Order: sequence, then C-alpha cells, then structure tokens
Amino acid sequence: MPAQFQAIEIKDAWKSYDGGASFALRGITLNVASGEFLALIGTSGSGKTTLLKSINRLVEPTRGGIFLGNEDVTLGDPVQLRRRIGYVFQGIGLFPHLTVAENIGVTLRLLGWTKAAIATRVAELLDLTRLPRELGPRMPATLSGGQSQRVGVARALAAKPRIMLMDEPFGAVDPITRDGLAKDYRALHDELGLTTVMVTHDVVEAVLLADRIAVLEGGELLECGPTKDLLANPKRQSVRELMDMPRRQAERVRALTAGSGPK
Amino acid sequence: MSALDPRIAEALARLPEYLGAHVVLSLSALALGLAFSLPLALLAVRAPRLRWALLTTASVIQTIPSLALLALFYPLLLALSLLAKAATGAQFSALGFLPSLLALTLYSMLPILRNTVTGLMGVEAAAKEAALGVGMTPLQSLLQVELPLALPVIMAGVRTASALVIGTATLSTPVGQTSLGNYIFTGLQTQNWIFVLFGCVAAALLALAADGLLAGFEHLIARRSRPRAIAAGVGLLLILVAGGLSPFLGSPAQYVIGAKGFPEQYVLAALIDQRLGATGLKSVTRSNLGSAVIFNALVAGDVDAYVDYSGTIWTNFMHRSDTPSRDIVLREMSAWLKQTYGVTMLGPLGFENAYVLAMRRDRAAALGIHSIDELAAASPRLAVGGDYEIFARPEWQALRKAYGLAFRQERQMQPIFMYKAVADGEVDAITAFSSDGRIAELDLLTLGDPKQAIPPYDAVLLISPQRSADAAFAAALKPLIGRISILRMREANLLVSREEGQAPPEEAARRLWQAVGGGQ
Repeated sequence: MPAQFQAIEIKDAWKSYDGGASFALRGITLNVASGEFLALIGTSGSGKTTLLKSINRLVEPTRGGIFLGNEDVTLGDPVQLRRRIGYVFQGIGLFPHLTVAENIGVTLRLLGWTKAAIATRVAELLDLTRLPRELGPRMPATLSGGQSQRVGVARALAAKPRIMLMDEPFGAVDPITRDGLAKDYRALHDELGLTTVMVTHDVVEAVLLADRIAVLEGGELLECGPTKDLLANPKRQSVRELMDMPRRQAERVRALTAGSGPK
Repeated sequence: MSALDPRIAEALARLPEYLGAHVVLSLSALALGLAFSLPLALLAVRAPRLRWALLTTASVIQTIPSLALLALFYPLLLALSLLAKAATGAQFSALGFLPSLLALTLYSMLPILRNTVTGLMGVEAAAKEAALGVGMTPLQSLLQVELPLALPVIMAGVRTASALVIGTATLSTPVGQTSLGNYIFTGLQTQNWIFVLFGCVAAALLALAADGLLAGFEHLIARRSRPRAIAAGVGLLLILVAGGLSPFLGSPAQYVIGAKGFPEQYVLAALIDQRLGATGLKSVTRSNLGSAVIFNALVAGDVDAYVDYSGTIWTNFMHRSDTPSRDIVLREMSAWLKQTYGVTMLGPLGFENAYVLAMRRDRAAALGIHSIDELAAASPRLAVGGDYEIFARPEWQALRKAYGLAFRQERQMQPIFMYKAVADGEVDAITAFSSDGRIAELDLLTLGDPKQAIPPYDAVLLISPQRSADAAFAAALKPLIGRISILRMREANLLVSREEGQAPPEEAARRLWQAVGGGQ
C-alpha cells in the first residue's frame, strides 16, 4: 500500500459557474495519498471533472482550499503549477501543427530545456509509452487513436510530474486498445511512483485500475474508500447499485459462456 | 519586331510612377488594416457584444460605394487639417495619399476581421485546453497554438483584403492619389482604350502577384521557417519604405498643378507645367480631380494652380442664379475669390467652355428646332444625355426653369459616350461642352440660348492663397492669359481625345502653344 503522506488535499471545495445560483461542487473534502491511484466516478454532471480541474486550476474553486503537500495551489502561479502536473483528457488535444516529438516536448520547451535534452527525454518517453521512435517526426493526424492517447500520456509525463490528472483518458478508443492502454498506464504509475487522479464513468475501469474510488453525485462526495471496501460494503444504496454493475455484467457474461443463455 | 504602338510606349513610360504609387498605397493600407484588425479581432473573440458591433460596422463600411468613401475622406481630412493648423500651426496635406490610405484601410478591415475571428473561434476546444494543460500562458497559447491553427483562415482573409485593396486603389485617382487608376480615368476621358486596358491588366497582375506572395508567406509561416518569414517581412517593409520615399528622391517639385477629369484639363495642366518648366520652375500634376475636390484643394494649398470656369464658380460656389455679362461675372468672381478665400484669379485664358445643348443637325431639322425655347416644346418626347455632374448642378435647374424643359429621360454618361450617343440617335440632345472638338467633328448643331439662362464659362487661371505673392510663379503663367482662342483649344482637345491619330496631352500642349504664337 502507498505511503500515508498526503500528496493532494482538497478542503471544503465549492464551485459555482453562475455566481452562486447553482453549485457544481458542494463542499468536497478529499485527500489523495502519495503514490495512490484514485478514481473519481459518477454520472454526467456529478462534478467529477470540475473537481479534477480544480487541482491544476483549469477551474478556479469559488471557495475552499487545494493543497499539494503543504502548498496552497490557489495562491501560486497557475501556469507554473500546470507545468509540474501531468494532464491527460479525453480530447487528447495533440497540437496538429506540431510533430509528435514536438508535442511530447512542449512543456520541456516552455521550461527552457535545451534542444538536446528535450530530444533525449522525448526518446525516453516514446520508449516508456511503448511507441516506436520513428513516430517522433510524424504529424499527429497520421496516428491511430491508441497511438494518439499514448502520445498524450507521454506529453503529460515529459516534465517528470509527481501528480497525474486524467479525465476519461482512454474514452475515445476501442475496448481492446483501451484495456491495453489502461494496463500499461497502471504499470507506469507503479514504476514511476506517480500519484494519479482519474475521472471515469466506467465503473469497471475504475475497479480494475484504482486503489481507491470516490463516488460523486450532484457536486457532493457520496462515498470514498478502498476499491475492495466499496465493492464489498457500500454504505449507500445508490453506491451499491453503481458498484454492483461490474459484478452483474460479469455474471451475465459467465452465464452466456456456460451455454445456458440469458433467461 | 515592329515599333511599339506609341500609346503602349507612353503607358509603359508612366508605369514606374503609377505602379510604384499603387503598390505603396495598397501595401500601406493592407499593413494598417492588419495592424488595426488583428488586435480588434483578438478582443472580439473574447467579447461577443464587441464582436457583433465590430463585424456589423465593418460590413456597413463595406457596403459604402468605394468611390464615395474615398471622396468623403477628403473633406473630413481637410477639416482635420485646418483644425491641426489652428492648434499647432502645422498643416498636413488632405489630398491624395491620406484620404486614399484611410478609405482603403477601412475596406481591408472586414475580411481580415471576419476571418481572424472565424479562424480563432474555430480552433478546436481540445487544442486550447491542452495548451493550458501543458502549462502555456494565455499569450503562449495564442501565439503558439491558436494563431498558427487559425492561420489558413486568417491568411485567406488577408488575401481577400489584398485583392480588394489593389482593385479599389484604382479609384483613388479622383482624390488626387496617383495610382494605376490614372490610366483608366485618363483613358476613359480620351478614348485611349489601350490606357484603360493597360490599367486594368496592370492592377490585375499586381493583385495576382500580391496573392502569390502572400501564399508564399503563409507557407513559410506554416512551415515555421521563421528566419525566412522574417526575411520576407523585412523585404516587404523595405519595398514600402523605398516606395514611400521615392517621391522625395530626385528633384523636388515646387508646385502642384491640378486638373479635373477631362481632356481639356489635361492639356491645360500640361501647358502650365511646360510654361513653369521654361522658366526653371518644377511642378507635378494631379489629374482627374473632382470639381469640388480641386477647388477645396486650391483653397487649402494642396494644389497651387488650376484652370476653372467662371460659370462653375458663379453658380456652384457663389450660389448666384443671375446671369450677367462675361465681364461682370469675371470682375465679381475675382473679387469674391480674393475676399472669401484669398484665391487669386490670374486672368481668363481667352476662351469659354460653356455648357451648350447640342443635337444632330438632321434630328433638329426634322423637329424644327434651332434654339432651346423650341426644344422645350418638344422636350416631353425627347431624351437628353449629360455628364455625371450636370443634372445635379444649379445651372441645369436654372435652365429647366427658364425654358420649362421637361425631358422624357435624363441619362448620365461619360462625356465620350455622350457624344457617341447623340450621334447614334440614342439620345436626342446632349449637354455638350462648347470647347469640345467633337462638336465640329460630328457636325452637331448647338442650340441658341435666347433667354441667356446659361452663365458664361470663361476659362480662368486660379492661384492658391499661399502662392498669391509668388512673383516668379505669376510671371511664368502670365503669358497664358488672354492667349488661347476657342478654335485653338478645340483643336487641342480633339487631338488628345479622337480615336485615330491621338496625341498625348503634353504634345497637344506644345502644339497649342506654338499655334497661339508662343514659340517652341
């Protein structure tokens, strides 16, 4: 199990996009331990993406504190903050006018690394994300969906961040590719000692990848706990239904393969 | 190869001046348009209300006819120039470059604004989110992601603007800016179709070349070949600076001679230029100026001398509706010009260029018409042709009232087409110019004016207030006064405007001077 040092602390975070008429986050308090893999799950509009983006200040919380270690991130420069945090999202957002290598090295260039140092690091990252080095000079439009996602991960990892924020990172690829990407990423997480917060609406993905799962609904944190506890012993009925879904699906699949067919 | 047609040779000889001025004007307008539009577009992308206001304003400007927009800037700048003089003692020239530049800049803005806004708003949300996510500042995101991705759309707008500006710049000639339009305006007036064609082709080729250059420029930026793009930018800037300086290089001209947009004025301006040159004074000519523009330019000192006609000043500027004798008109006008504007009337040249009603002889005979009062009775069945100004001028109103003229149709057209139209029977009568050689050439009948409703139109040489005390200038021009007869003027006018055996105004002016006994 990960060490108990808290990498991310969210204290009573509120967020309103309309000047207080409604709230996307309603007083969320949540800690993520160093080295931990936390999944944020919930339906659309539950506030999971808003919460994730509050951590690297792509969204500014209306109230509340976000701390990395002892540092209050709401006080510092958001641009410097984002250069230290990896960010991967469903849209990937590879820059279509830059080569794969330039995309991966973009944060390093912003940080003022030399060309040679960037080239070395980009080669490392291609290896790390299991991409052939020949992809470096290619343009993003020539990549497959899975390759694009890997480039997105490589770009996020370039400046050796300790924290990775992922918003439906593997949402746009086919299930088989997605499974491979997810497994590979979890291996990287362990190997590099990362702290990862991942938003997903896929409970199966959350269960298979995460150490701990936080369930959000209507901007509130319903329950948060180790994946096994949440599966075995959820406190709320709505969380139970959500967490039961993977098992119910698995049972149906098993029934099918046993040859009896669904009744 | 046989020798070039002399008209082509002449057109080629003027190309460096016209093309140079055209390029500098268009490039400056485009550069200024970019300098204004890009920041405005960046603001507009962020503020929907501002975006609506800006794009609507730019669209409305685009719907103003270009010639009108150019013309409107002249009085506006003139007023500003006078304000500046009152405030600082220094005055700038409101004629020529400045009004053209401002009008063309406004024209260039809509395509650049619209395409920049469209391009930036069309940048994928994912790319913008990623730019912030990887740690770019908003400025870095704009410069490194949003603008490069919007570049093709923005450049399409710049290229549209470039074509628009280069084409419209030909219309800057009437406000006193030299351009490729000089070929077109002069050619239309003198039936020199080679000039017209030359002007059109040159403007089209220039537009194509500019489009090609911009495409190349876009390619360089897109390939992020920064040194070469910068080199190209510096090159463009150098062309601009060189072109902008070129009028100041070479021998500086002391005097500006104005000419309105018809053949007689070209000949007289050339004659004035030659007389000044003979006494060692240097001058440049601004041709094809509108009637109101040229008078205001003289008063403001943007033009030092030009030839106007007494009746025009009498009715249009003095707002007189009575028609006394030639001498009284000249005397009162001279005093009025001096008193009101400080303008000096050096004297009449000796001939009149009056508005006359002219008809084909056989048509007049068939209708039994010899004078305007006889024409009036038949007028409800007849069509009359006139130049662009006449039907709006007070002289026409006075004439209509005096005789009860009520034509079935009043058609405005270029003077050259007007003479053809009456000769071909397309219109029954025209408002001809009494000094035009085509009256005799086409054997037209000019109708008598028994009620003397048309004022006299003596050609008079006017001198700007700032040159009024310039003795050398006046001495050089004095020999022209009272020298030129109507017959000699008609010959010269016909020489520059006939279709066969045409001569340029400079040659017609030389021959005219010889014919009136002025010597070589």
